[in-house]
Amino acid sequence: MRNEQLVTNMSKEPNILDPLEVAEAWCSDGRKVALATVIETWGSAPRPIGSHLVIDDEGNFQGSVSGGCVEGAVIAEAMEIIEFGIPKILEFGVADETAWRVGLSCGGRIRVYVERIDG
Amino acid sequence: MERSTLQAINAARAARRAAVVVTDLSDGVSQVFLEGASFPPKWDSLIVEALRSGRAGVVAVEGRSLFVNVHLPPPRIVAIGAVHISQALAELAAVAGFDMTIIDPRTAFATAERFGAVELLTEWPEDILPSRPLDRYTALAALTHDPKIDDYPIRMALEAGCFYVGALGSRKTHAARLERLGQAGVPTEAIGRIKAPIGLDIGAASPAEIAVAILAEIIEALRRRDPTGRVGGAR
Repeated sequence: MRNEQLVTNMSKEPNILDPLEVAEAWCSDGRKVALATVIETWGSAPRPIGSHLVIDDEGNFQGSVSGGCVEGAVIAEAMEIIEFGIPKILEFGVADETAWRVGLSCGGRIRVYVERIDG
Repeated sequence: MERSTLQAINAARAARRAAVVVTDLSDGVSQVFLEGASFPPKWDSLIVEALRSGRAGVVAVEGRSLFVNVHLPPPRIVAIGAVHISQALAELAAVAGFDMTIIDPRTAFATAERFGAVELLTEWPEDILPSRPLDRYTALAALTHDPKIDDYPIRMALEAGCFYVGALGSRKTHAARLERLGQAGVPTEAIGRIKAPIGLDIGAASPAEIAVAILAEIIEALRRRDPTGRVGGAR
């Protein structure tokens, strides 16, 4: 049983619940990748600071920066960041029309830093 | 972020080594710092604090806005001895968010029926620890009070800098243990880190209560540890 576990740990398959492992695996596959990170939260926020969402240039993603509320908007922004390589800080909150539209219903506010993985 | 930075973060995580990533939000440059290394003086206190608290956030340093992210290895408990206290400790550890492993070479004790889902290794510590090393994010609880089984993992835990090393046994048992460890060449300072009698002094009597006392002592050691590895240890 222990041997099986060791084999699993040594395999190259990334843990799909781990966005940073997924990001590295996608880069190795030659995919263009952006990483989104929650950098600030106010009030009730579904994911803590430091949470990651990884996105590729076809819109595939793993991880989360909210409870599914603003991921769509982050993924859309990520397409441009993957193309031009200029990092951007996105802000979502109840006072923000976009946030209402994409539905950050918890009443909190979050800032998300989105950057391209280069090299 | 450079791909090499991402790789460095993942390598640290895979090696169960704490890492802090500092990203300058004005130019997007990220740097990785590993626990125990020396840090740039202007960032030293914020990196040390991030390692201690495990808390990420945005800070301003010299007019620049920095995002500080922290990747701490998940804390785990290694219990030596598949005893009654370990059964209770395994349940409590899961609730408190610790991974847990139990090591006991005695096949009568280490049975799946007694322990259910928790990872149970029916091996001598001498045989299993080299391939499953202890580290700074591991708490070691030696619970057999049998020197043949407990002494080796206690020594390994002190060497590895485990954030907690506790050993079950009466004061008399522990006094004999201290003498053995001293004769085996373990430095006095290291021996002084062993928590014995094990567990916070809450008058625990039953195995389950002792498990609560042990877990509380482990949590205290984790939250108050010194992340720099420069001096001292858990207060």
